[in-house]
Amino acid sequence: MFNVNEIRKKFPMFKVKMQGKRLVFFDNAATTFKPITVINNINKYYVLQTSNSQRGDYDLCYNVDKTILETRGLVAKFINAKTEEIIFTSGTTMSINLVAFGYGMYFLKSGDEILLTEAEHASNVLPWFNIAKITGAKIKFIPLTKDGRLTIKNVKKTVSKNTKIIAIALVTNVLGFYVPIKEITLFAHSKNIIVIGDGAQYVPHKRTNVLDLDIDFLSFSAHKMCGPTGIGILYGKKMLLEKMNPFLTGGGMNDSFDIKKNVVYLDPPEKFEAGTLNIAGIFGLKAAIEFLMKIGMKNIEEYEKKLRCYAINKMKKNKNIVIYNMGAEAPIITFNKKNVFAQDEATFLNSRGIAVRSGKHCAKMLDAFLKVAATLRVSFCFYNTTEEIDILIDALKEDNFLDVYYSK
Amino acid sequence: MSTTLSNEMIKQIMLDHYQNPTYKKKISDRQNYIVLHARSHNCIDNIHIYLKTNNNIIQQCFWDGEACVITASSTDIMCGLVINKTKKEACQIIEEYFKMIEEKKFKEDILQEAIVFVNVSKQLARVKCATIGFNALYNMIKSEAEKNNA
Ligand SMILES: Cc1ncc(COP(=O)(O)O)c(C=O)c1O
Repeated sequence: MFNVNEIRKKFPMFKVKMQGKRLVFFDNAATTFKPITVINNINKYYVLQTSNSQRGDYDLCYNVDKTILETRGLVAKFINAKTEEIIFTSGTTMSINLVAFGYGMYFLKSGDEILLTEAEHASNVLPWFNIAKITGAKIKFIPLTKDGRLTIKNVKKTVSKNTKIIAIALVTNVLGFYVPIKEITLFAHSKNIIVIGDGAQYVPHKRTNVLDLDIDFLSFSAHKMCGPTGIGILYGKKMLLEKMNPFLTGGGMNDSFDIKKNVVYLDPPEKFEAGTLNIAGIFGLKAAIEFLMKIGMKNIEEYEKKLRCYAINKMKKNKNIVIYNMGAEAPIITFNKKNVFAQDEATFLNSRGIAVRSGKHCAKMLDAFLKVAATLRVSFCFYNTTEEIDILIDALKEDNFLDVYYSK
Repeated sequence: MSTTLSNEMIKQIMLDHYQNPTYKKKISDRQNYIVLHARSHNCIDNIHIYLKTNNNIIQQCFWDGEACVITASSTDIMCGLVINKTKKEACQIIEEYFKMIEEKKFKEDILQEAIVFVNVSKQLARVKCATIGFNALYNMIKSEAEKNNA
């Protein structure tokens, strides 16, 4: 059974206050709190099991290797992939750069096209800008509909015979619409186009099945799913990983090399994991996935949907609030308060102990689409409650956003 | 400062300078001004400061651009404070302002309306907004002085 009060007990951060008030954390799209099991497992590595992986014949090292392998297997199970298709990176940003420089850079040529959308996070734009510059490939943007959706119709309209890569978020971090990814991969594959998914805002909230989605690459970060910072995943289909080149080279990814410059790399996934891994991060990620699986991704999805519904219904009653993504499916609400600058309202909410994000949220190309310079964003996690939403709703009713600057 | 300004007055001063700024202007003869572009990454602020000096006197000081209420009102108030002052006096005013923001002892009288920002330090994320204009102007005056000394 899903019991949010029991779940909250596992998160030490809920004991923390902000501005002397009960902390209400609605910036979960940026990062999430960590349950004590994750913190303990990170500590376990440092306190009881410190040693490097793949580099020794003693027990400590053996146990670390075992945990890394188990974690790889657990991640694979979590997204329905094969163990050898799971690459440890430092996070989504690193994962996308690895595909861009390891795959895009080698297989794109002048005149080829890379398709993105205007709603992409900087991490799924700038690497492709660089690859386009290096290879002479062109960047094209798939238009969004008026309300901010990515439709298969617009994908089909934008694809040309030169399109080689479609790189898109499975759910965008500002608007929170799920994209019809299965239809996109089906269509793309019929044209020999590779689909590279940014799953940073998707994997933490939805049961992910890469086989069913038939996606070619998928990136995500542990810290957005109750795991530690500095660890993330790149999933890639085995046959693509076999073609992909390493972005980083060094220790841990080669089988042999000699003074004649003969080099043999390890097979994927190790081929892409040069240098000492974030081992503590992997320990933390393991506990995070165990935590999520124990609650169940279906339960998480359902509960978060209820939270969003509850918040939307209450916010709609406040005539001073403009919501930009009313019909979105992901647990994100993007809005503004009439006549109050997003940052000013965010500061006011801070003074009430409520953490929300204001600004452009790293999707800087979206201004032209939303036609506002900045927005407020609340993003929920399964540990949030309707009671916390009520605190937000009450604070949004208050008019005196300058209140926080008065002397007390 | 609570002794001198009521909450209602603080609010009024900030909102006045935000909604009807005195020194926010579109400048057509940019070439006649020293111009500095200032922006912050965590807020929306993206402003230009325009400065014209004659000998040691600040003749004109304007700003333009996109800014939140704190940036807009603090920059607007700053412009009013420094016009017709010597560069040295302007720097003194700015330094007193920085002391206030850093919660140090400061001279209330020379800051005039700018004392409405005395509590900004309680909202850490907004300190940058309250100082972005002041910092820009301070750097403009200082680098001009260096140029003249060189
Ligand atoms: C959609 C999306 N892509 C990529 C990223 C980057 O993730 P990270 O900073 O963990 O690499 C984020 C994080 O905000 C995101 O929301």
